[in-house]
Parts: sequence; C-alpha cells; structure tokens
Amino acid sequence: MRVLQGAARGVSRAAGAYGPSAVLLALLVVGWEAWVRVFDTRPYILPAPSRIWEGFWGTKGLLPEHIRTTLAEAVLGLGFGAAAGVAIAVLVAGIPLVRRVLMPLLVVSQTVPMVVLAPLLIVWFGFGMTPKVVVVALWGFFPVAVATADGLMHADREMVGLVRSMGGNRLQVLRYIAVPAALPAFFSGLKIAAAYAVGGAVVGEWIGASSGLGLYITRAQTSFRVDRVFVAVVLIALLSMLLFAAVHMLARLATPWMYVKTEEETT
Amino acid sequence: MVTPAVRVEGLEHTFRQKGREVRALDRVDLEVGEGEFVALVGPSGCGKSTLLRVLAGLLVPTGGSAEVGGVSAVGRPGLVAFMPQKDLLLPWRRALANAALGLEVHGVPRKEARARARALFGVFGLEGFEQAWPVQMSGGMRQRLALLRTFLVPSRVLLLDEPFGALDAITRRGMHAWLQAVLALEPRTVLLVTHDVEEALVLADRVVVMSPRPGRLVEEVAAPFPRAREPGIVTSPGFVAAKARVLAALGEGGGTLAEAGEERRAPGA
Repeated sequence: MRVLQGAARGVSRAAGAYGPSAVLLALLVVGWEAWVRVFDTRPYILPAPSRIWEGFWGTKGLLPEHIRTTLAEAVLGLGFGAAAGVAIAVLVAGIPLVRRVLMPLLVVSQTVPMVVLAPLLIVWFGFGMTPKVVVVALWGFFPVAVATADGLMHADREMVGLVRSMGGNRLQVLRYIAVPAALPAFFSGLKIAAAYAVGGAVVGEWIGASSGLGLYITRAQTSFRVDRVFVAVVLIALLSMLLFAAVHMLARLATPWMYVKTEEETT
Repeated sequence: MVTPAVRVEGLEHTFRQKGREVRALDRVDLEVGEGEFVALVGPSGCGKSTLLRVLAGLLVPTGGSAEVGGVSAVGRPGLVAFMPQKDLLLPWRRALANAALGLEVHGVPRKEARARARALFGVFGLEGFEQAWPVQMSGGMRQRLALLRTFLVPSRVLLLDEPFGALDAITRRGMHAWLQAVLALEPRTVLLVTHDVEEALVLADRVVVMSPRPGRLVEEVAAPFPRAREPGIVTSPGFVAAKARVLAALGEGGGTLAEAGEERRAPGA
C-alpha cells in the first residue's frame, strides 16, 4: 500500500514537473498537423507529424543499427573528451605557465567550425567510427576542461589551510579538498558536453559514414524523404536526452552531498 | 626546566595592504604550559588570529620565534590541532568522515581513523549523526563536530579561533559547560582566541589581553577559580572583579568591546 502511494506520489510529482512541457509539445504537434492539412503543404517541404510517424514505421527495421552506431560514437567520444578535459584542467589549474599558454589556444580551437574539420578527420582517420569519436571528443573536452579547471582553482582557501595545518601535503590537499570541490563543476561541464555529443556524432557521420543516423539523414535527403529527416531529428533529441539523464544519474552517485535535502526543504 | 607546550618570543608580523605597511603583531611573548588553558582576548584586528595562524604553520611571520613542544612551528604545519573561525566542515564528507579527517591526513588507515572517531561521537553529543551530511546538522552540532575533528588531530596542543563565535548566547553557554567536561575527560593544552571576556574567564586558567593593532600583550589575568566552573559563577564577586580587570585592560588598549563586535572578521587576520 505504502509502495503504491509512493509510486503515485512519484508519478504526480513527475506530472507536475514535466506536465506543462508535455502539454505544450502536444499542442505544437496538433497545430503542426492541422497547419499541414489545412494548407495542404507538400510533404517534401514540411511533412505532417502523422507522415513522420509513417516514415519511422517504414524504416524501423533499419534504425536500431544506425542508433547503435551513433550512440556508441557519442558515448566513446564523450568518454575520451571528458578524460582529455580533466587532464587539461589539472594542468591549467596546477601550472600557471600552462594556463597562460594553453587557455587562449583552447578558446581558438573552439572557433574552428566542425563542418570544416570533419572532412579532414575523415581523410586522416578513414570512414569508420574513429573520426566521429574524434569530433565528439573535440566538442566535448572544452566545456569539461573549462568547468573543471574553474572548480579546481576555486577550492576554498580556508579548507586548504585546514588540511595543511594538519600537516597535509599537496597531494592530500588535492585529494581531500580540490578534487571533491571540483566534482560538481566537472559534472556541469560533462552535462553540456553530453547534450552536444549525439549531435557531434551525427555531424561526423553526415560528412561520410557507412552507418549511423547521419548516414540515414543523408540518404533521406537525397531521396527527398523529409519525413525521415524528421525521424532522425526526433531520435537525435531522444538520444541526447538519454545521455544527459545518464550523466545526471552519474552526478547524483558521485556527488551525493549536492542532492541532500535539508529539513526546511523537505517539510 | 620543562619545555612549555607553546612558546612565542618577540613575534612580529607586518604585511602590505593597498601599498601600506600594516603591523599586525608587535613583539609578542607568550608561554603556554603543558595542560594549561589560555584565552587570548582583544578587539577585532588585533592579530589574535594571525598569532594562531603562525603557530599552525600557515603563516610565516616577519620576525620572532614560535615553538610548539620545543620545535619551531614557523612554516611548519602539522604540529598543532587548529580550529579556524568557520567550522569548515567538508560538505562532501559525512559527519564521521569529517571527524576522522585529521587522522587520515596523518596517515592513519581510513577504517581505523573512522573507528576512533566513532568512539567519541557519544562524548561529543553527536551519537546517531555519524552518517549525516554537514548541511543536515544544526549550528551547535556542526561546531561540536568541528571540535571533535580538532580533538582527533594527533596533537596535544589545540588552537581554537573563536570556536563559538557563530552561536547564539544560550547554545554558547551550553557549549562552555560541555567543553570543560570534554577537557576533563581528554586533557589537552588549549590556546583559545575570543573577544567574549566572559567566555575567556569561564573556560581558561589564564586570560591574556591584547591591544588593538599592532597587537601587543597588555595584561594577564589568572582566572580566580579551579576548573569545572558552574555557569552561575559569572555573578560571583571574584569573577566580576576578574572581568573588570580584563575589561579595564581592553579599555586602556584604546579599543572598546563595542568596536570589537562591529567588525567580526579582521582583514588580513
């Protein structure tokens, strides 16, 4: 009984949190459908939601493999990007010279449009998954590096002093203060990177690939199947949300103190 | 001659602030005997905290010497158990892990450190809160946890920088009685910084008065009672007389306590 009540509370809370967005989304979809039917818009200009659904249903046999490829590239790229981001953050936060030399270059690196870089990466790494993983990693390392470096550099000086007064060395200060203090910032960076990871993989595939949602889009475009392009768009959005939620779960596990409810908040 | 637990000789400190030279400490001499409880009172900005930071090894003074247990503490942290003004509980550690921090930093294996911390949770009135996060605890509990953490640092000398400054008067009085009980159980040498004269006289064996910046020692008043004082002692004639002496010394120093209350955190302190 209590379990049921708890579940009901959970559902009603979720409805309270996401209900308004869901209603708005539903209204948009209905309006879109009505618009296309009333004005008889050509399907290769703007397909109705019902037509997009048909497009999804017609290619549902092909989609799992494309999704698998894209998701694998996104997750791998995010992992490598996060690792590189953390490594850079440690260097930037720890060594002032590195900060002065590297920081401007990092910012410049983010101004190179990925559509320019992606074809080069395909020349260097071939048509397989590697260039896509590299695109995602290049996109993802930056927010992780910037946020983590910020977190590492803004560790509470008095807390650092406390550990030092206990006779703690630099490594212990890092372990007991700087790293845990930087974790929430790291996860903020990782969330941003996660939101862009699937899109990054698709951009990589779009230039040239043998599998993946980017390839699915290029094929759909060349045959003027705009409905299928929209199918891919919806899938990319769903996958991005999935990845974002996964990172959020990870953050809850790794930084539980950030999600503690105090007495006043619960009552 | 027995080596005192803490010995400070000719201690001076000058720092630069906005291009001006600021003299924080001026030829301070102070000895604290083994097991003694000394309170340091003075207006804000008189260099009390600076003195503690020097003894904690966190600040290298511009002159003089500071020893803990016969060893120079200048630029050498790890000799004392230091409790800063803020409780500075690490938000990412549960209460038990926070208490065990000093032991872990000193290389005690985590499991043993936490077992030793757990054993003292009852004494510090924290039983049942071992797994609580700091944000879930009240101000008084946080302060007791910070004190427990300080007691667990493997050092005989405690430096307490206004440990009860953030608490309301009633909670503070309770903490005084409780701290005396804990010290009877777990004796330590204590150097307490406060600007609450009553607190100093209730807790300490000896009260040392500092002048406003540049901080000098201007008066020493022995508490006219043995330890284990009842809260009611504050109205006894002996206590009132001692309090009057301390307040007079503070007045002569040029600052008043009202001023001291205005600016809680001294710049550069």
